[in-house]
Amino acid sequence: MSFHAAAPATTTIRLLDSEGRFVETDENAEFAAAARAIPDETLLAMHRRMVITRRFDHAAHNLQRTGQLGLWVPSHGQEAAQVGSVFALRPQDHVFPSYREHAVTMTRGVEPMEIISLYRGLTHGGWDPDERGNTHISTLVIGSQTLHATGYAMGMRLDGDVGTGDPDRDACSIVYFGDGATSQGDVNEAYVFAASYKAPVVFFLQNNHWAISVPVSVQSPTPLVDRPRGFGIPAIKVDGNDILASYTASVVATDHARSGQGPAFVEAETYRIGAHTSSDDPTRYRGDDELASWVERDPIARSEGYLRSRGVTDAQLAEFDAEGEAVAADIRTRTPQLVAPPMQVMFDHVYREPHPRIDEQRGWLEAYEADQDGASHA
Amino acid sequence: MSTTEQLFDYTLRSHPGAGEVPTDPTPTLPMAKALNAGLAAAMQADDKVLLMGEDIGRLGGVFRITEGLQERFGDTRVMDTPLAESGIIGTAIGLALRGYRPVIEIQFDGFVWPGFDQITSQLAKMANRLPEHMSLPIVIRIPYGGHIGAVEHHQESPETYFAHTPGLRVVSPSTPNDAYWMIQEAIASKDPVIFMEPKSRYWPKGQVDLVDGHVPMHTTRVARTGTEVTLVGHGAMVATLMQAADIAEGEGTSCEVVDLRSISPIDWEPLLASVRKTGRLVIAQEASGFVSVGSEIAATVAERTFYTLQAPPLRVSGFDIPFPVSKLEHLHLPDADRVLEAVDRALAY
Repeated sequence: MSFHAAAPATTTIRLLDSEGRFVETDENAEFAAAARAIPDETLLAMHRRMVITRRFDHAAHNLQRTGQLGLWVPSHGQEAAQVGSVFALRPQDHVFPSYREHAVTMTRGVEPMEIISLYRGLTHGGWDPDERGNTHISTLVIGSQTLHATGYAMGMRLDGDVGTGDPDRDACSIVYFGDGATSQGDVNEAYVFAASYKAPVVFFLQNNHWAISVPVSVQSPTPLVDRPRGFGIPAIKVDGNDILASYTASVVATDHARSGQGPAFVEAETYRIGAHTSSDDPTRYRGDDELASWVERDPIARSEGYLRSRGVTDAQLAEFDAEGEAVAADIRTRTPQLVAPPMQVMFDHVYREPHPRIDEQRGWLEAYEADQDGASHA
Repeated sequence: MSTTEQLFDYTLRSHPGAGEVPTDPTPTLPMAKALNAGLAAAMQADDKVLLMGEDIGRLGGVFRITEGLQERFGDTRVMDTPLAESGIIGTAIGLALRGYRPVIEIQFDGFVWPGFDQITSQLAKMANRLPEHMSLPIVIRIPYGGHIGAVEHHQESPETYFAHTPGLRVVSPSTPNDAYWMIQEAIASKDPVIFMEPKSRYWPKGQVDLVDGHVPMHTTRVARTGTEVTLVGHGAMVATLMQAADIAEGEGTSCEVVDLRSISPIDWEPLLASVRKTGRLVIAQEASGFVSVGSEIAATVAERTFYTLQAPPLRVSGFDIPFPVSKLEHLHLPDADRVLEAVDRALAY
């Protein structure tokens, strides 16, 4: 399925209705055919990941509420957008997440406790991208990572790792960002560089309708999916709460990028059911009716409905719930045990080569702390 | 040939030797050509070195620093980028994560600000987020400073902003020899380096030792020895200080000139040793003086050489104003007379 043929200009691709019933229309026919070909094993793996992520997310939120985390960034509601896209990736692809992509990062091998350690104030990073499925560290500066993903993809192209036809070699990067980020200059510059250099990067926009308290209508009076088209980047919009649409569109987009034809863009329309972060109060800016309308379109319920229609049993689904609960229980146990790192680490990674000012200040603090300890024991 | 033909005698051809390391082991070159040769040597030594910037390829850069390099190394290693500084720096970060060593040219000092977030929030801090084995070996070359009579945004000295930012290294050569060697060392560094090129010094010539001329870039250099007053500066200011020292000598005052070379980190000991000897320090810089590199030097020298000082450290800086119109720049930029006025004040304590 080629990108241009598969990306109608005005349609939102949807394959599952709010009950999880498969819907086929003239407009989604190509996607429907691709979705039917998804093996049950993949459908179950994606569902499992969504269920685990939601349990993890709720448990982490509760840990913040009990003072165990400084902040939490909830992912509830965006599981299908995240899981569908990350399942389209291959091992050699590289991921540049934003900070809400818990389903993405964990699918690529990031440990739940590594995410927790960020929000407990123990690290600015948390994991080694080389050991975690090429998952890079997110940045909190909105949209900055789109340029990093684009530059990385430019490097893939320079290395000749696109368009060879070898499924183990051809690679792409994928970058996650939100509707607020689309207003940033960096995101628009990323479109320019990606298009100019035919970089194999997939721009995966999760339009969750709110940039903290500001609705997407303030970011753009025109559909966000129309923007990259003006930069020469093929774009497609999907129902981001539909795991089949999210996955099939991401397969098309990543295949396009790896083939050497240049960047691709997917807008996944979804909704942030929770607050922006644990410090936010969404009741101040959005209504109950809007929230309720999106709760009815819950991505996990729709996936479950579809799986049941394919004969998946209660017992199989209960296994996923149990696994999610085990992850939740594990972080509840282990989070309070995480202690502050030794003070030296704040000096250790600033530079990669020796730096006299850093060495001097590390030495000063060590001596000062030793003195203080001595004084308190005296 | 008519005047019109002379005015528009443009050519796409490079000058002889552009993009090559000279064969003479001790050539006399302007800094512009020394930088060109240093970039050529770095690209020759490591095929992961890429040049990125506006107009650096076909044109060879507005100052011709990259002249001939695209012809020699191709347009994937010398990239004429879209006109977007944040985009250049942000994509360079991605390329560095992929294993490349991007060397970026910012066209003029005042055009670095659209890339400031990518430099200070991303490039400078990313090593701190990443595991030890990952690094960001990126060099950002910035032609900076005044004395060229240019329009607004083309004569600024922004080094303080980068020196204040943990995670960056900031250096500035004052001679062609240093330019040749320091650019190569900056490119080889695992850390991001802001490479401040004193554009008014691009054209004066000096001898370059292509074999034995290397002095580590984070090393302060005593450029001229003296006994009564230490004069310290970096970049283009070093030439002004040398001129001031000449004049002072004629008037019977012996000045030592110290070339900082590295702005962050600063190699303090040679400077402190000089001040312990002379007891007097005059700091000169083109940048505005308030909260500047000169402020840091004054504070550190006061802290560490207090009992040997005969006079307080004195600063000669650009005024705390936006860089003035070119017809007034000579009043804004420290010259030998303003340095000597400070020397007189130091001696009068």
